[in-house]
Amino acid sequence: MSPQDDEHTVRTPEMEHAPLRRHPLDSVLRSEVLPHIWCPGCGIGVALGAFLQGLDRAGVPLLKRVIVGGIGCSSRVVYYAKADAYHTTHGRAIPFATGIKLANPSLHVTVFAGDGDLFAIGGNHFIHAARRNMDLLVVCINNFNYGMTGGQAGPTTPHDARTTTTPNGNFEIPFNLPQLAAAVGAVYVARWTTLDVRRLRDCFTEAAGKQGFRFVEVLAPCPVSFGKNNDIGSGLDEMDYYRGLEHLWGSPAGLPERIEVRENGDLSGTEISLHRPIIVGKFVDRVRPTFADSYQAVATAAAAKGKKAP
Amino acid sequence: MSPEKGVVLTGSHFMLGDQACAEGAIYAGCRFFAGYPITPATEIAERMAERLPGIGGQYIQMEDEIGSVAAILGASVAGVRAMTATSGPGFSLMQENLGLGFMMEVPCVVVNVQRGGPSTGLPTSVGQQDMMQARFGSHGDYAAIAYSPSSPQEAFELTVDAFNTAERLRTPVLVMMDEVVGHMRERVVIPAEGKRPILSRRLPSVSPVEYRPYRVDDDLVPEMALAGGGYSVRMTSLTHDESGRAVTDTATQAVLLPRLLRKVAEHREVYEQYELRHVKDAEVLVVAYGITGRSATGAVEAARARGMRAGLFRPKTVWPFPTEAFLRAAKNVRRVVVAEINMGQVALEVERLIAGQCPVVRVTSPGGEVLAPELIIEACGRDRAEKVRR
Repeated sequence: MSPQDDEHTVRTPEMEHAPLRRHPLDSVLRSEVLPHIWCPGCGIGVALGAFLQGLDRAGVPLLKRVIVGGIGCSSRVVYYAKADAYHTTHGRAIPFATGIKLANPSLHVTVFAGDGDLFAIGGNHFIHAARRNMDLLVVCINNFNYGMTGGQAGPTTPHDARTTTTPNGNFEIPFNLPQLAAAVGAVYVARWTTLDVRRLRDCFTEAAGKQGFRFVEVLAPCPVSFGKNNDIGSGLDEMDYYRGLEHLWGSPAGLPERIEVRENGDLSGTEISLHRPIIVGKFVDRVRPTFADSYQAVATAAAAKGKKAP
Repeated sequence: MSPEKGVVLTGSHFMLGDQACAEGAIYAGCRFFAGYPITPATEIAERMAERLPGIGGQYIQMEDEIGSVAAILGASVAGVRAMTATSGPGFSLMQENLGLGFMMEVPCVVVNVQRGGPSTGLPTSVGQQDMMQARFGSHGDYAAIAYSPSSPQEAFELTVDAFNTAERLRTPVLVMMDEVVGHMRERVVIPAEGKRPILSRRLPSVSPVEYRPYRVDDDLVPEMALAGGGYSVRMTSLTHDESGRAVTDTATQAVLLPRLLRKVAEHREVYEQYELRHVKDAEVLVVAYGITGRSATGAVEAARARGMRAGLFRPKTVWPFPTEAFLRAAKNVRRVVVAEINMGQVALEVERLIAGQCPVVRVTSPGGEVLAPELIIEACGRDRAEKVRR
C-alpha cells in the first residue's frame, strides 16, 4: 500500500504549530470525517482497525476496495474506511454488494454489518448469498443486541440475557452464526473477539486472499447497552468476559477451555451462552466453485452458440 | 459489460409484450437483470436469462424482490445498466429499495406488469391497480417517473426510453405495464442499433480531489462516479450533503429533498410522452393509458362515428402526469372520462387538475378484464355517476 492522500488530514487552528502526528491507519481511513459515532468501549473500531490492517497485508489495493453497509452501528464503518462506500438499507447490504461484485468482478467487496441487520431482517439474503458462493467477504459485528436503537433483543441475543425488550431475560434461542454460515455453504467461517486483535487481523488477511462467500463473526462489546443491561460492566470488562476469566464464570471446574483455533470443521460447542466460555477460531476453510465461476461456464457456452435470440 | 455490437435483434418480430420489454432493455444497453419469478412478469426474466449470458450480461435470480432491487442498484453504481421486473406483490416488496434508489440517485429500471389486487388477487389477469403505488409507494417524498405502454411495440420503445430517463436524470424509472400488454403477442419492430437514441449518465468531469458526489449545476443532476473508478465514492441512504456525507439536520434536508423533486419536475422534456387523438374539436376527452388506452382509442373512434365529438388523451408517461398538455387538451371540453382497470387512481389526478371546471366521469373496474370500449362510449354520453364494470 502507498499511504498518501494527505489532503484529507484535518488540522484544527490549535494544531497549527504542533507537529503533525499520523495515525498508522490514516492512509486507509477517511480522517476528515472523524471522530466516529461509536460509544466509549464499543468494539467496532477495533474490528475496523483489524480489518483495514488485514486488507493491507493481503495487498488489496485501496482503489479496488468496496464496502457496503446496511443500517446500524456496525454498518457505519462505510463512512470511515477509504473505499467506495455504500450505506444502504437495513438488511440489504448483501444483495446490493452482490450487484456491485457481479457488475465489476475486479473489485474486492466487503459487507460490514451487525447481527440484527445480517441475521434478522437480512437473514434471507445471507443464506442465499452463501448458497450461491457469491464472492463477498461478510463481516458481522455481533454485539448481541440492537445497539443503535438502544439495546433491544436480536437474533443473536443469548438465552437469558437482558435487553430493553427482554427485561426479564431472553426466552428465545439465538442463532449460532458459524454453524449457520457453515451449513448454508460459506467457504470460510471464523469467529474472533475484539480481544483477539492480531488473530482477527490475520483472519481478515486470510479471508481477503480467498474467493467465495467468506464469513467472519466478530464478537464486540456494547457496554452502554448489552454490557450495562447484563451487568458485564465496561468495554474492558466485556473483554475480560471474552477471556473467560474465572471470576466471571464462577467455578472453572468442568468448564471447557476457551479454544483458540479450530480448522477441522468442528463446530460443536460453539453456541454462545451467558454461562460458559466462548469458543473462537477458524471453523471452515474450503473451496467451492463461486457463483461467477459457474455462471461464466454457462455464459461462455451461450456466447459460443451464437447470439441468436430464442 | 458495455453494449456490444450485434446483440440487438433489428428487424420485425412477433413477440410478447414481456419479451419486447426485455429486448428494449437490451437495446438500451441493459446488461444486468436481477429478478424473482412472478406472473405475469416472468417472461421478462426468462427472456433475460436466455439472452444475457450470451451477450456479456449478467442474469441473477434473487431470493426475493427486495434483493432484486438492491442488486440492480449495486450493479448500477458499478456502471452497468440494470433492470428488474415484477408484478403487484413483488412491487410492494420493492418499495423499500426503490426509495434507496431515489435517495442515492441510482439509475435503474423497474418494470411492473400489473395484475389484479390487493394481495395475491388475480395473478393471471389484468389490473392497473398499482398506479398510485408507483407514485407514492415508498416512504418519504420523492418524484416517481412511470411509463405505461399500450402495446408490445410500446413496451419495447418505452423501456428504451425508461433507461434513457434513468441515466439522464440519475433516478429509478418505472415501466407500468399490465398483464394484457405483457402477454399480448404482436408485431414488434426493433430498429437498427443507435437508431433510437441512447442517453448515458454524466460521469465525473473533475479529478477525484475536486469531485463532490452530489454537487449540481443548473441541471440539478449530479455527475456520477462509479465503484472502482478511483473516486472514493461515498453514497448513503441517510440525508446527505453534496460531499455525500450523512448530515441528518433540517438544513441539509432542506437542500437535498427539494432538489430531488425539482430534478424531475424541471426535466419534463426528457420523459414526457403522450398521444392526442381528435382533441381539437373535442367536447368529451377520454383519458386512458396502458391496455385501456387501446379500449379508449376504439371507443373514441366509435363515438366519432356515432356523431359524438370525442377525443383521446393517452399519457405514455403517467407520472409525472403531463399536466400542461392535458390542460391544453381539456380546455374546451364539457366532460372528461377517465377509464382505468382500477377503482379510480389516475382519475384522482385528473379530477384535481380539472378542479370542478367540468364533470369528470370515471370508468372503473375491479380488475380481471380489459374495459370494453362500449363502457367508455357510454360514459362519453353520461354526465354523472360512475360506471363500474360488473
